[in-house]
Amino acid sequence: MRPAAEHSLGVRADFPIFARRAGEHPLVYLDSSSTSQKPRIVVDAIAEHLLEHNANVHRGVYPLALESDEAFEGARERVAAFTGASERCTVFTKNATEAINLVAYAWGRANMREGDAVLITQMEHHANIVPWQMLCRERGCSLRYLEIDAHGELSLQALESELARGDVRMLAFAHVSNVLGTINPVAEMTSLAREAGALSLVDGAQAVPQMPVDVHALGADFYAWTGHKALGPTGIGVLHARRELLEEMPPFLTGGDMIGSVDFQESTWNELPWKFEAGTPMIAEAAGLAAAVDYLSALGMESVRSHELALTAYMLERLSEVPGLRVVGPPQAERRGGLAAFTLDGIHPHDIAEIVARSNVCIRAGHHCAQPLMRCLGVAATARASVGVYNETADIDALVDALQGARAVFALDGPRQPGCAA
Amino acid sequence: MDDLYRDYILEHYKRPRNFGELEPHDLEALEHNPLCGDELGVHIRVKDDRIEDLRFHGHGCAISQAAASIASEELKGMELEEVGRLGADWVLELLGIPISATRRKCALLGLKVVRGAVTGDNAWPG
Repeated sequence: MRPAAEHSLGVRADFPIFARRAGEHPLVYLDSSSTSQKPRIVVDAIAEHLLEHNANVHRGVYPLALESDEAFEGARERVAAFTGASERCTVFTKNATEAINLVAYAWGRANMREGDAVLITQMEHHANIVPWQMLCRERGCSLRYLEIDAHGELSLQALESELARGDVRMLAFAHVSNVLGTINPVAEMTSLAREAGALSLVDGAQAVPQMPVDVHALGADFYAWTGHKALGPTGIGVLHARRELLEEMPPFLTGGDMIGSVDFQESTWNELPWKFEAGTPMIAEAAGLAAAVDYLSALGMESVRSHELALTAYMLERLSEVPGLRVVGPPQAERRGGLAAFTLDGIHPHDIAEIVARSNVCIRAGHHCAQPLMRCLGVAATARASVGVYNETADIDALVDALQGARAVFALDGPRQPGCAA
Repeated sequence: MDDLYRDYILEHYKRPRNFGELEPHDLEALEHNPLCGDELGVHIRVKDDRIEDLRFHGHGCAISQAAASIASEELKGMELEEVGRLGADWVLELLGIPISATRRKCALLGLKVVRGAVTGDNAWPG
């Protein structure tokens, strides 16, 4: 059964990469959870900066340098406004991973003591696991995991019990899971953490590109995300944080630009946010990311969310037609971000991805940088299809056709019994 | 016919030879494919400096399972010294299908784990 509605934001023409074809197959890009495609205006903004305004920032007095300053700090203003944050509390990093590392190193090493605990969840990306493992090992702290239920969701009661143990100093979790798709109740979780005297860090890498995010309303002490999943370029991520935390924290990376003054033995630090931006920053990338968030704002994040919700609902319905296919995560589309990770009885995810790629359908296969979660789910790997603003109903149809093709290659006639192969 | 998923590849994938546990065994190793977390282990019984018997265990894609299965038939009876000298080409020729750069590690995982068990060298076969 297929809904009559064609779900499309009608923006595909803004993304030049969709002119690429493979023989008769149009590009069916369903890997936006990995990285998004870029609208021409983002590429143009980067090119324009480099071709017409390029100079280093925070140093020069000549007109080009001032233009570059304006481009960089203006970009920060637009990016901060996009997520309801202030410029001072918006630090540019290399990516979301670096933003989380910044907190684990600068805040963690100054504040975590032996016997303290970091609480994360079973659904975290390696980026929100490994920095905490390093911190906990170094500081003699414990790293605990909030469990997921059978639908890949967290329990607030379980969170309360964990926090009630009294040793949790940091609660770190994904806003939207990159495998399960689960949208976590961020405001409730950060509020419970606050009541228990713990700070919260939210990994918003999957959320910011697809739904309205207001970091104040969410109540997160730290909120990390990345540009390249949000239509922006690679090489730029964002950390929003409460100002008093950033004021108190020692710097993370040190060197040029982040200093107030440097003497032979001692240095003082620059003001926020530059205290956390050592060396020449990602100036052209900032110009590109600002263009990306302007583009998303013009579409309207409510519309983006409605579009991706409709496509996700359609995707779940169509995937259920494929015999032996099991989607992980919440069954209801409205509880998920725009992605579906799945297994298919009798075909390994690598082979699925390889075969659908012959129809120019791009999906991801593997552990999605979430190996502990894979263990919880009892699978080694899954295939994952994820949508973006440029996807349309026809992309999902192409995926389902290609999956049926993969079943034919593997000579699977009907549903196989679990455990037959793979 | 499919270039990659030929009948004999799928046949080895669905009914892999020499899979399971081998007790007792003299040598063993366990390796992961970093691309996807797939796991492949091997148990080897040695007699007179040759592989007398072996069993693979674990899970993986059609390419890695078929490569291990096909290789297992050749490895039985092989001198340990010869196993140590086996390179990537050996298993790629046995597979007889075009392997892209992204699937190379899938194809080589079985040989890697066997060489690891026999020589202690767990580098990817060159």
